[in-house]
Amino acid sequence: MEVKETTDQFYQEEEKQYSYLNLGPTHPATHGIFQNVLKMDGEVIIDATPTIGYIHRAFEKLAERRPFYQITPITDRLNYCSAPINNIGWHMTVEKLLKVEIPKRVQYLRVIIMELARITDHLICNAVIGVDTGALTGFVYMFQQRELVYEIYEEICGARLTSNVGRIGGFERDFSAKAWEKIDRFLKEFPVVLKEFESLLKRNRIFIDRTVGVGGITAEKALNYSFSGPNLRAAGVDYDVRVALPYSSYQDFDFIIPIGKNGDVYDRFMVRQEEMWQSLKIIRQAIDKLPEGPFHADVPDFYLPPKEEVYNNMEALIYHFKIVMGETDVPKGEVYHAVEGGNGELGFYLISDGGRTPFRLHFRRPCFIFYQAYPEMIKGSMLSDAILTMSSMNVIAGELDS
Amino acid sequence: MDVEQQDKILGVLGEKYGDQVLHAGMVYDFFTVTLKKDKIVEIIRELYHHPAMQFQYLTTLCGIHYPELEQIAIMYQLHNLHTNVRVRLKIYLPVASPTVPTLTPVFASANWMERETYDFYGVIFEGHPNLKRILNVDEMIIFPMRKEYPLEDQVRQDKNDSMFGR
Repeated sequence: MEVKETTDQFYQEEEKQYSYLNLGPTHPATHGIFQNVLKMDGEVIIDATPTIGYIHRAFEKLAERRPFYQITPITDRLNYCSAPINNIGWHMTVEKLLKVEIPKRVQYLRVIIMELARITDHLICNAVIGVDTGALTGFVYMFQQRELVYEIYEEICGARLTSNVGRIGGFERDFSAKAWEKIDRFLKEFPVVLKEFESLLKRNRIFIDRTVGVGGITAEKALNYSFSGPNLRAAGVDYDVRVALPYSSYQDFDFIIPIGKNGDVYDRFMVRQEEMWQSLKIIRQAIDKLPEGPFHADVPDFYLPPKEEVYNNMEALIYHFKIVMGETDVPKGEVYHAVEGGNGELGFYLISDGGRTPFRLHFRRPCFIFYQAYPEMIKGSMLSDAILTMSSMNVIAGELDS
Repeated sequence: MDVEQQDKILGVLGEKYGDQVLHAGMVYDFFTVTLKKDKIVEIIRELYHHPAMQFQYLTTLCGIHYPELEQIAIMYQLHNLHTNVRVRLKIYLPVASPTVPTLTPVFASANWMERETYDFYGVIFEGHPNLKRILNVDEMIIFPMRKEYPLEDQVRQDKNDSMFGR
């Protein structure tokens, strides 16, 4: 191997050919707080150094001082585009620790909410890919549909973005007639819009020129970088937690896992697009098969009793007091539970030492794991393609920085 | 996971690294193997390449601080996507000098996960290409997830938490 002379003169001459561009932290095109220092040769990216942690809020440390039910709002703020999946994933982790049997109806209702959340997540991502290629129309059009889903959330749990949906053991109330009405409306209106949005971009010459072969990653690389979710499936690996390790009765539903081939921006777009169709299919099946039954499990130590009971029933009052004051007993144990979040395998690793708060809670955040492949994916591409690659990976700053 | 698969994993580990296994068993629904810290990377590499194992997906990696044992544990979760089998490996490091070889040559994704563990627990991953803080500021002088650092300022007089446990 030839040894290059590393004198000051050499460095200066080499560096003369490159320029450095500071992309972010608050660049509007990055859709979040990400910093990348790009080493550029003209408009071609030679190297990138990402810096993360701008909105780090120490969730894992915070969780060590909070009772289990107070951790749910923290999980909202991980991937805020699909907050209900995070909430329900956390509830299921605690339920696994407590070994609670969850009624079928609750599981189906959860599936409905989680699939609605997946649709909003993918919808934002795909709409933003459109914006970054210059198609703003689809973005505005799709966001109206997102509003409809947020109204459904509102009807179910009262909140919109940071939903805090459900309780440990089930839901705080059954879905109201108004909620069902809104779900029906969404199921009727959304497929039409999704179809139109798809035909706007799917065979669009400009869109295809901008996305095919851009920001690609091979399946081997993607697996080595522990990709999960749509980004992994776009590379051609059919790993989906809903199928591999079914939770909340996903085994009852008939759906397919769409996969791509090249792992480029276009494949990621198409995988997300197809997943939205599959989510709609799952929601319809869940509504058709929805069993009768209670809307929460029988976990009096964690599930707050109805207010009426609290005022009139001694036992309910005691449970209410115990839950609010955090005096309930928790088994010792170590559980890991994973759900298919908007961006991939969202895992909760919980160690309980029997105290009122977790001894240790670790979030397996898909964004944090796959974002480290970003420099490699944009090397050799143009600056405008780097923007597109980032938005198509759907990196959410909240999940990245925890 | 059924007993057959557990025995298979333990069998493969036993071929070369039988003396490294301290404990193995199911923890809830997850097969967990506690190992000695010395050969952890070799063992993971063996599980990666062994034709019967093929644990080629690193699900996650994180640190855990046990103040009473004066140890920091590192937890690795591996996944075989072909047979859909998962295994958790755990090693314990002394809190005074938590040092372990890096896993980055085997899994590229270990890079940031190890940086995060270093950032929060001060575990030194030997041979890591870029072992710097990742989420916290570079000027930070403590490792905040260790249990000796309380979440709130302990000199505060206006809050009484005696009713609420820890």
